[in-house]
Amino acid sequence: MTDLARSRIDVAIIGGGPAGLAAATRLKQAGIRRVVVLEREPEAGGIPRHCGHPPFGLREFKRILKGPAYAARLVRRAQHHGVEIHTGVTVVEARPHGVLLIATQDGVQEISAARVIYATGVRETPRSARLISGVRARGVINTGALQSMIYLKNRRPYQRPVIIGSELVAFSAIMTCRHAGMKPVAMIEERARVTARWPSALFPRMTGVKLLTGTKLTEIHGQNSVTHVSVQNAIGTPEDIACDGVILCGQFTPESTLARSGHLAVDPATGGPVVDQWGRCSDPVYFATGNLLRPVETAGWSWNEGRQTGACVAADLAGNLPDPETVVSLTVTAPLKYVMPQRITLANGEGSMKNLQLRVSRPVRGTLLARSGEAIIMRRKVNLLPERRLLIPVADILAQATGGTVEFEITE
Amino acid sequence: MSKTQKFLHEETFDVAIIGAGIVGCAMARRFTLEGARVALIEKAPDILDGASKANSAILHTGFDAPSGSLELQCVQDGHAEYLNIRESLGLMLDPCGAYVVAWTPEEMGNLEAIHAKAHENGVTDTKIIPATALHQSEPNLADHALGAVHVPGESLIDPWSAPYVYLRQAIENGAETFLSSEVTGGAFDGTSWQITTPSGALKARTILNCAGLYGDLLDQALLGTAKFNITPRKGQFVVFDKAASGLLDAVILPVPTERTKGIVLFRTVFGNLAVGPTAEDQQSRSDASTDKATLEGLIKAAHKMLPALRTMPITATYAGLRPATEFKDYQISPTPDKNWITVGGIRSTGLSGALGIARHVFGLYQKMGHEHSAIKSPTTPKATVLAQTGPRDWTQDTPGEIVCHCELVTRREIEAALTAPLPARSLAGLKRQTRATMGRCQGFFCTARLAELTEGHFVLPMAQEIGTGDQP
Ligand SMILES: Cc1cc2nc3c(=O)[nH]c(=O)nc-3n(C[C@H](O)[C@H](O)[C@H](O)COP(=O)(O)OP(=O)(O)OC[C@H]3O[C@@H](n4cnc5c(N)ncnc54)[C@H](O)[C@@H]3O)c2cc1C
Ligand SMILES: Cc1cc2nc3c(=O)[nH]c(=O)nc-3n(C[C@H](O)[C@H](O)[C@H](O)COP(=O)(O)OP(=O)(O)OC[C@H]3O[C@@H](n4cnc5c(N)ncnc54)[C@H](O)[C@@H]3O)c2cc1C
Repeated sequence: MTDLARSRIDVAIIGGGPAGLAAATRLKQAGIRRVVVLEREPEAGGIPRHCGHPPFGLREFKRILKGPAYAARLVRRAQHHGVEIHTGVTVVEARPHGVLLIATQDGVQEISAARVIYATGVRETPRSARLISGVRARGVINTGALQSMIYLKNRRPYQRPVIIGSELVAFSAIMTCRHAGMKPVAMIEERARVTARWPSALFPRMTGVKLLTGTKLTEIHGQNSVTHVSVQNAIGTPEDIACDGVILCGQFTPESTLARSGHLAVDPATGGPVVDQWGRCSDPVYFATGNLLRPVETAGWSWNEGRQTGACVAADLAGNLPDPETVVSLTVTAPLKYVMPQRITLANGEGSMKNLQLRVSRPVRGTLLARSGEAIIMRRKVNLLPERRLLIPVADILAQATGGTVEFEITE
Repeated sequence: MSKTQKFLHEETFDVAIIGAGIVGCAMARRFTLEGARVALIEKAPDILDGASKANSAILHTGFDAPSGSLELQCVQDGHAEYLNIRESLGLMLDPCGAYVVAWTPEEMGNLEAIHAKAHENGVTDTKIIPATALHQSEPNLADHALGAVHVPGESLIDPWSAPYVYLRQAIENGAETFLSSEVTGGAFDGTSWQITTPSGALKARTILNCAGLYGDLLDQALLGTAKFNITPRKGQFVVFDKAASGLLDAVILPVPTERTKGIVLFRTVFGNLAVGPTAEDQQSRSDASTDKATLEGLIKAAHKMLPALRTMPITATYAGLRPATEFKDYQISPTPDKNWITVGGIRSTGLSGALGIARHVFGLYQKMGHEHSAIKSPTTPKATVLAQTGPRDWTQDTPGEIVCHCELVTRREIEAALTAPLPARSLAGLKRQTRATMGRCQGFFCTARLAELTEGHFVLPMAQEIGTGDQP
């Protein structure tokens, strides 16, 4: 790994997924000298490496690709523009002044960069954090692990799993199972309807997977391997479903380990680092981008954010970003789940995010209010679903806010 | 027994230890070092698969143990020996100390008695401290903490690496282990035992029943009677994100009441912060399931004691089963006319007491008239370093590939655990030996790679190649 320390690194990017690769490519296009992507997996490309299904790449390559082909293209494009990609490199600590502690095949090393872009994506919530009752039997895994097993290792863990959740990724799980000749026995969704939008709702019926909405997973059973799960429907009727595995889908959470165990501020609402409209973290040497910012958007969306962050960092290196001097903090109250960015620097500058991204935790219809102290600075009718993002122009806040905190709430 | 009987080993051992929990591992080490020929027999494919698979990992001083009990004696002897062999076996110790915290005026009133009991038990360095001093040492503790007894000697250890190295030392010095071998019967001919397992029989002069949660059943099956009944007592835990471990230094113990011992907030040597255990009596000896309502209760209790935990995600949840009996004390009793020693009911302090229990049992064994000459210069293998503060493999020269990113487990560590001398035969065993999948993502990122690396090693494979045969 000696060549990492070879010369000064202008921008180090932690994570070589769509967002990190897009940022890196954009930085090279902006003429930044040394741009280094640090990726802990043996290959860069991020999550799409193990999404063996379309549609990826419409925004980026104007064509529909499967995940692995899309990931490979992103890597080639980055390399073509002169991005240095180092795989098998785990960033273990992110410290002040852009100092990174990295673990490589050859040992531990400390490197530093003028700017660091943190682009480590999201993962799904595991069984433990969902507090699911029952035994620790073999065969309870997330979609990501299932996809990696099947698409990267050509192995399957079981034959007849139940699928928990109905976000888009749950439909990926069905496709992944089918690819491996597995037959999911049911898709179980706690809410009254499927989370992912039509036409996905037709999919279970089309694939022969039983769909149980308004149904809660209550317990996992088995001795060594899963033998069945207990579920309960909306009126409380219990039922046991025989299966040999459980796929826990979605409930995404940013992979923000480095921020949590380091010096960067973390927003408990998104689970990602706190950023301003340029994606700048609480330590302005660090920027964050892609799905790490919040759960969860598509690869294309993350890629676009990466490009934008790349441009911001290039502007910053050229001295064109305003200092985070006067800052407004943004907060939300339930049923709003989060707002990102969490801070607005009261200044104009190149390449800022156009919009705030907000989400709700349940379907709501009502009036969205933004309060700054006593004053209501924005009011808007909304009809929101958890899987749909709400975009509010950053300019609206910039025009009205003077400092302090802006609170978003919904009156139903 | 028929002449065609298959034997696990041709030799007649001095002792056969049944059960490779913490106690069985420490026992194998002690008896081997004392010069006995030892066979250790375990029904699970990996060791530490019973009560010993989950605990709070606290090395106790015995400050609150019943005075005059065998438990107190064993815990204190065990603690002392742990400190003695720490360096030679490379054992982990985080001497963080503990506070028995009073949260109510009523509990404040009990501190004096706890302090006095500690002194009676020979733990003379405890001190009663006021809220100000407590908050100075533990600034994140909730305001309503009123005072505490400080017990500086309570420490954190690695609950798996320690028993693993006890047993490895036994093996290196001549002990034999037989895993995946459940003892299902046996007969005593007046001088030695022949015990049966599905994979073959084994002969030994003396049997040490260290079967943990099954101790009473084993006594019943082979002696025809048992002096106690085990009622497993489940303890559930919640582990918070590693970032939370910075919120606490010492172990936070509750003031015990008549009804319950209460729940503990503690760091682990792996860099986590956990809360638990509950105490729930149950019939099943194997069902270590968790349940949502209880876990939520634990989380709430933890938030109350350490408010900054509210923003911390949950990393893991687990449960352990204590081999509790109708008695308070350990149930260690020799049956000399049958060359048998029962080592049962090692309920909630076995990790601390194991080395002391082993010494005590060797004493009983000597009293039964057995003599050996101790090994002159036994080899001293080193414990695997899994503690966060230790020189973990990934920090060494050319560690190669990192497989589990959350816990920074190298491929080299995985491969070592899969080969000798106590090879991991299940994911659970691999976890205890390496910590793979025990971090934040719980296997999201590394399960696929592990399925590949462990192929051909596990009794129940993690996965099967697509297109080959039916069920994995
Ligand atoms: C299971 C799953 C399935 C999905 N399916 C789809 C789908 O079908 N379609 C879709 O559009 N979106 C999907 N998504 C959303 C997905 O997050 C985006 O597609 C996209 O990958 C986000 O890009 P990213 O660059 O932000 O993060 P990622 O693609 O997750 O990339 C992050 C990269 O950072 C690396 N990394 C993390 N930590 C470190 C570290 N400490 N040191 C070094 N490297 C590190 C990781 O190895 C990874 O390569 C899915 C997400 C998941 C979790
Ligand atoms: C929730 C909880 C918290 C705890 N916290 C602490 C703590 O902080 N500090 C501390 O010192 N102690 C603690 N303990 C106590 C400690 O974990 C136990 O005392 C200890 O694990 C008991 O070990 P054992 O070897 O007696 O039993 P086990 O670990 O159950 O070992 C018995 C073994 O025998 C095997 N076996 C059974 N029957 C047969 C058979 N017929 N043939 C072959 N093999 C057989 C089993 O498979 C098992 O592996 C805690 C325990 C629990 C449950």
